[in-house]
Amino acid sequence: MIAVGRAIALLLALLLASPALAVEPTEVLKDPTLEARARGIGQALRCVVCQNQSIDDSSAEVARDMRRAVRERLVAGDSDPQVFDYMVARYGDYVLLKPPFKAGTWLLWLGAPLILLIAASAIMLTALRRRATAPLPPLSDEERERLKSLLGR
Amino acid sequence: MSRRLLFILPLLTLALMAGFFAWSLMAGRDPASIGSVLVGRPAPRLDLRPLRDGDKPITDALLRTGKPVLVNFFASWCTPCLAEHPLFTRLAQREGATIIGVAWKNKPEDARAWLQKLGDPFLYAGIDFDGKAGLDWGLSGVPETYAIDGNGIVRLHFRGPITERNLTEQIIPFLKGAK
Repeated sequence: MIAVGRAIALLLALLLASPALAVEPTEVLKDPTLEARARGIGQALRCVVCQNQSIDDSSAEVARDMRRAVRERLVAGDSDPQVFDYMVARYGDYVLLKPPFKAGTWLLWLGAPLILLIAASAIMLTALRRRATAPLPPLSDEERERLKSLLGR
Repeated sequence: MSRRLLFILPLLTLALMAGFFAWSLMAGRDPASIGSVLVGRPAPRLDLRPLRDGDKPITDALLRTGKPVLVNFFASWCTPCLAEHPLFTRLAQREGATIIGVAWKNKPEDARAWLQKLGDPFLYAGIDFDGKAGLDWGLSGVPETYAIDGNGIVRLHFRGPITERNLTEQIIPFLKGAK
């Protein structure tokens, strides 16, 4: 009973836990709204040396520099898109965890829905055709006899 | 007829995927590569304190002299930098290349000691202690090397240590071709 209680307590504690960020206390801006914006941007920027981590999640040197640059730009009055542009100008689209929709990436964005659409229409078409074309098998002699008796003829 | 086509479909899908994988393997495609957006664009700002005593500050003017320039970000704590160092020595001595060294996140005294020990191929050397210049240059770490033509346009960008092959196939032809 105690074990179950402990397990539940642990699960609840895990629900409360949030992933640890690499953002260091000294980096945090005094203005909470600016800091919130910096976090939003930091979550969407990719650390350029760690493949699939945001700069907020990474403790790499470059990620720290990028976090600092994001905050400097925000303090200097840049809008969020301007900060993203600043990073893309230096590191390319690679730096965005969510790739932009453009000529080179349309397949990435539309590929899965497109295949779903094709598959769904193929299934629908075959179902429709089957219903329309499948001829009924003729009655056997036995069935014909039974039908006659049922109809009382 | 259409039934038979239906059976070919999985095979076709497989062939398509196999083709894509083969292309990925053979074409030298590296999805982890950051690439460089700087190539073909004007070189970023360069404004650094000099590394060595008596040097002038490192400024943009050095990148627009009409002669090609190499910019190499290095650090004394970086092992791949050690590996590529002899190649820069060769570029400086045999090819007469103008090389600007930038000590990235490196204590100046450490960088100076490193150059003293290994030889100093840099005509100009600056310090980027806090990595701000590195960020402007889209640096992801050290070493990285940029080749800039006489008009200040970035023509080559190497992430990681340059190799013998980079030297003979890209850098030396660039130095000879860029006027």
